[in-house]
Amino acid sequence: MSDSAPLTSIEADGLLRIRASGAWTATRAGEIERELSQLLPLPQDAGDVVIDMAAVSGFDTFGAWLLERFRREVEGGGKQWRIEGMSPANRTLLEEMANVNLGGGTRTGTPPPWPPVSFARALGREVSTFLAMTGALIAATGRLALRPRSFRLTSTVHQFDRVAWQAVPIILMITFLIGVIIAQQGFFQFRRFGADLYVVNMIGFLIMREMGVLLVAIMVAGRTGSSYTAELGSMKMREEIDALRTMGFDPVEVLILPRILVLIVALPALAFIGSMAALAGAGVIAVTYAGMSHELYILQLREAITFDYLWVGMIKAPFIGAVIGIIACNEGLQVAGSAASLGEHTTRSVVKSIFMIIMLDGLFALFFSAIGM
Amino acid sequence: MNANPDRPVVSVRGLTVGFGERVVLDGIDLDVNRREVLGIVGGSGSGKSVLLRTIIGLLPKRAGTIELFGQDIDRMSTAELRLLERRCGVLFQQGALFSSLTVKQNIQFQMREALDISPRLIEEMAVAKLEMVGLTAADGDKWPAELSGGMIKRAAMARALALDPEFVFLDEPTSGLDPISAGDVDDMIATLQATLGLTVFMVTHDPESLRSICDRIVVLASGGIVADGTMADMLRHDHPWVQSYFHGRTRDAENAK
Repeated sequence: MSDSAPLTSIEADGLLRIRASGAWTATRAGEIERELSQLLPLPQDAGDVVIDMAAVSGFDTFGAWLLERFRREVEGGGKQWRIEGMSPANRTLLEEMANVNLGGGTRTGTPPPWPPVSFARALGREVSTFLAMTGALIAATGRLALRPRSFRLTSTVHQFDRVAWQAVPIILMITFLIGVIIAQQGFFQFRRFGADLYVVNMIGFLIMREMGVLLVAIMVAGRTGSSYTAELGSMKMREEIDALRTMGFDPVEVLILPRILVLIVALPALAFIGSMAALAGAGVIAVTYAGMSHELYILQLREAITFDYLWVGMIKAPFIGAVIGIIACNEGLQVAGSAASLGEHTTRSVVKSIFMIIMLDGLFALFFSAIGM
Repeated sequence: MNANPDRPVVSVRGLTVGFGERVVLDGIDLDVNRREVLGIVGGSGSGKSVLLRTIIGLLPKRAGTIELFGQDIDRMSTAELRLLERRCGVLFQQGALFSSLTVKQNIQFQMREALDISPRLIEEMAVAKLEMVGLTAADGDKWPAELSGGMIKRAAMARALALDPEFVFLDEPTSGLDPISAGDVDDMIATLQATLGLTVFMVTHDPESLRSICDRIVVLASGGIVADGTMADMLRHDHPWVQSYFHGRTRDAENAK
């Protein structure tokens, strides 16, 4: 391949003679484009243009398009144009290029609305899809109550195994460690006031009422919510959900209801197990770090926690489970055709779930303090 | 580009490919000549796609050599191989368009990465490629998920041609299309082949494509090449599979079902 300049131009006999050489191909397109653009606009007094292509060694669509574009600009400037020394094959390609890029710009979109408006719209959409899903779930539950035999027991048991049973080890480990950390920090700070014993009250109160459920719910949103969204999303992408619909099944009943029911049952169970593991972790610190006897720890815990605390903590769990499930399934069903969309909705599912968990927890806290629990 | 024009573009010698216990291709010898449209046929599981995927380097081979443009691909550095791959375009069976990019961005992807050209030229070239395969500039702003089967094939073809390859691999370009769209795709391939001087290596199931656009047909069966020649040769061939394929089943017969 010769690396000489792609074109040289000379003015002679009132003509602008352009001698092209070397490869007019994709690899040199940038260079050719720059050289051609330097010739433009043609001066008013320049004559007609003749392009000599005899020395061109390679010619592809990039070269052909650049030549065609140059022709349009030359002829747009009212000049005549001629090509010499071009092989028939290259000429066919050039003629092919005369048919492309004739249309103008294609982009015609309405400008996005004022930010508060689009925010309000998005919020409205979120709320309405959430309500629609809740309604569909209630309807599906109603149908199930009428025909209990259509309940998908196998699927539910399988989901329960995945969502609850297989999550137990990781939840035990994380909540245990968090119990350890809170207790260690608590003893370290409270010791200065000689209030070692009250660390146990704090831990009992904190874990049973708030932390246990909250931590486990966040873990479940990350672990299960994301997997629900990804599963349903890829089923949506591969038209599996449409297939189900055409066979006369309701996707909400077949796919979503078992998953959400499982979460409603699993979250309280996991939250309970997690709270116990956190108390055990705190107990280990009380015995090893603070030098309490384990009898004293358990006795003080008994003083500190009433059955109400457990109740206040646990009553939240099924609601939170339902919210995680509804958000996850909703996001899954909104996945469009692309891989990026799947990733985006999975992220959104987790972020929204965690946000809603904390909102819901706050609302429950307000409610319980209002009724004096 | 400046290679000897008589030399085969692809030259495969003694190619053996297998998975585990199973040997799919056993000692294949095959040449693809410049500017030829070669059609590979064979029953399901006869190793057509495996042959294609091995030549383009997606599957490992057990034995044999593959030469692309006269160079042994085993003896090339990664950088040389990258340059060589730019001279080849691949149309995958399902299109394999990047779902997170629009059609136009799909086509522009390789241009942006490989070439030093202005954004304006990238834009114009993408539209030019789209129009050459029979789509419009407006189609370029669509997402792959919004396209019909025929449009996916066309868009994927436009992407395969983005850098003006000399050699294109087509994996079942007409599969899953109705006979009219399949005919359109065949015409498109023939037109592009004639204008761009492409060498085409085409795996197909479609007798109509073989009849209308292939210069040469190679039949794969039981791990080897059983027939190699023009359509007329195929019709005279006495291998039982070749006989039943070319005499027994045509697209018309399939449509009549």
